[in-house]
Amino acid sequence: MIWAAIVIAIAQVAVFVVLAPLVVGVMRQVRARLEGRAGPGVWQPWRDVRKLLRKNPVRAQGSSGMLRAGPVAVLVSSLLLCVLLPLVGTIPFDLIPSDLFVIVSVMLIGVVALALVGLDSGTAFGGMGSSRHMTVAALVEPTLLLSVYALSIPAGSSTLSLIVQARLDTPEIIISPVSVLAIVALAIAIMAETGRLPVDNPGTHLELTMLHEAMLIEASGRDLAWLELGSWLKLAALLGLVANLVVPWGVVTDFGAFALLLGTVTIAAKVLVLAVLLTVGEVFLAKVRLFQVPELLAGSFALAFLAVTASYLVA
Amino acid sequence: MTDTLYTQLVGLCTGTLLLTSALMVWRHSLLASIRLLSAQGVALAALVAVIGAQENEAELILVSLLILATKGVALPWVLAHQTKATIRTIEESPRLNPTAALLTVTLLTILAYVVVSRLIGLGTSVGSHAAPIGLAMILTGFLLLITRRRARSQLIGFLLLDNGIATVAFLTSGGVPLLLELGVSLDVLLVVLILHVFTGRMRHKFGGTDVDQLRELHD
Repeated sequence: MIWAAIVIAIAQVAVFVVLAPLVVGVMRQVRARLEGRAGPGVWQPWRDVRKLLRKNPVRAQGSSGMLRAGPVAVLVSSLLLCVLLPLVGTIPFDLIPSDLFVIVSVMLIGVVALALVGLDSGTAFGGMGSSRHMTVAALVEPTLLLSVYALSIPAGSSTLSLIVQARLDTPEIIISPVSVLAIVALAIAIMAETGRLPVDNPGTHLELTMLHEAMLIEASGRDLAWLELGSWLKLAALLGLVANLVVPWGVVTDFGAFALLLGTVTIAAKVLVLAVLLTVGEVFLAKVRLFQVPELLAGSFALAFLAVTASYLVA
Repeated sequence: MTDTLYTQLVGLCTGTLLLTSALMVWRHSLLASIRLLSAQGVALAALVAVIGAQENEAELILVSLLILATKGVALPWVLAHQTKATIRTIEESPRLNPTAALLTVTLLTILAYVVVSRLIGLGTSVGSHAAPIGLAMILTGFLLLITRRRARSQLIGFLLLDNGIATVAFLTSGGVPLLLELGVSLDVLLVVLILHVFTGRMRHKFGGTDVDQLRELHD
């Protein structure tokens, strides 16, 4: 079983490293087409990363080692997320289970590393972006924990692999009110965590509104490539998680060559479809004011909390 | 009806009731609150119909139709009976900001759960297990009554309170006799009509029903 878990983990990392830039490219292209622009094509993020990886980074004078280590930490935390989440298959490692708290703390490592990178260059924008980023992160973490906790109650385990497995075995719990509330709360939290509309606008560099871009503004060359790839991987992996929670069919539960191929193809299709849906939804959304972001996140927290209470009260 | 289906349907209805109550606290616009109230009335009627179908009581089905007519259709229609253009612009500015209000709702839900489990004990039946949701709706109704400034938004809080009382009644004891239910429903309809006429006259006379500005007498 341990070999099956390792093969699936390698497959997940390989698939998502190829898929993540493509997902971002598809999202940008769909948005461009919906806005009446031609768009740069779906492979543009890949070309950007390749170009950036060939360039040496320019770092601010007096910056510490955090500026070197931070981008790598962001990338590693996202890769670890790809290893642990049940994306292609639900066969878990025995030693490191894809437990809810493990996942959230791995995500937190990336968040903190990114905030430190923003602070380290010592510019006003970087510090502003980091402070906003940490504010949002502090509000998002409880929602993430609570919503996955609500999903874990019917499955009887806080391991994400087992939750997906339980939803595959008994599909009627997918449309139960608890699950729907928790998925909505989780979706809002993930939109905030990955810096999508309505919390952050990924396509702008306007100083009044940007969160994520403000931290990357001083990064260049290789550093920028790692940071971008890390955030894309995180977006793709979390989209994959939501897709597997809503439509669990196709994940590998019994290890085999054909099952692995099927799992790879279905997860790629699910993530791409979800990304297109997300982009189409985003076209109709405007970014909310920064001071109203806590209101939105408190709303999602309340939804997650109601999901937990409802699952205890009713079921 | 099988037991698992019954549990799921009761869960769906009570979940909708709780969700609409929380959303009423979240949204500021009056039109959205009225729509949520209508959805809540429909969910309550569905809950009563589910309980009636499980216990094979034709009377409860009749009561559910009555609830659908009054709480799902008539009351929201009375409240929204105004040109859509003016009602669309009415925005509430509550005393409590939405973040604090939403967190208060979660605390009230915990309180309801603790109180009900101490008071009657959560029995084995599905209905009494879901009873805390009714109490949570009552407490949320009180919260709306306290924190809203306008008379008509407070009216929505009052109706949420009434829905909560009805939910508790149906979940714990399988409902009240038809005659009583008919009386209570008509009573509430009448109260809402009178209050609505009052607020209309007050707005006509004084130009607003913000209770903060109604402290002194006007000539």
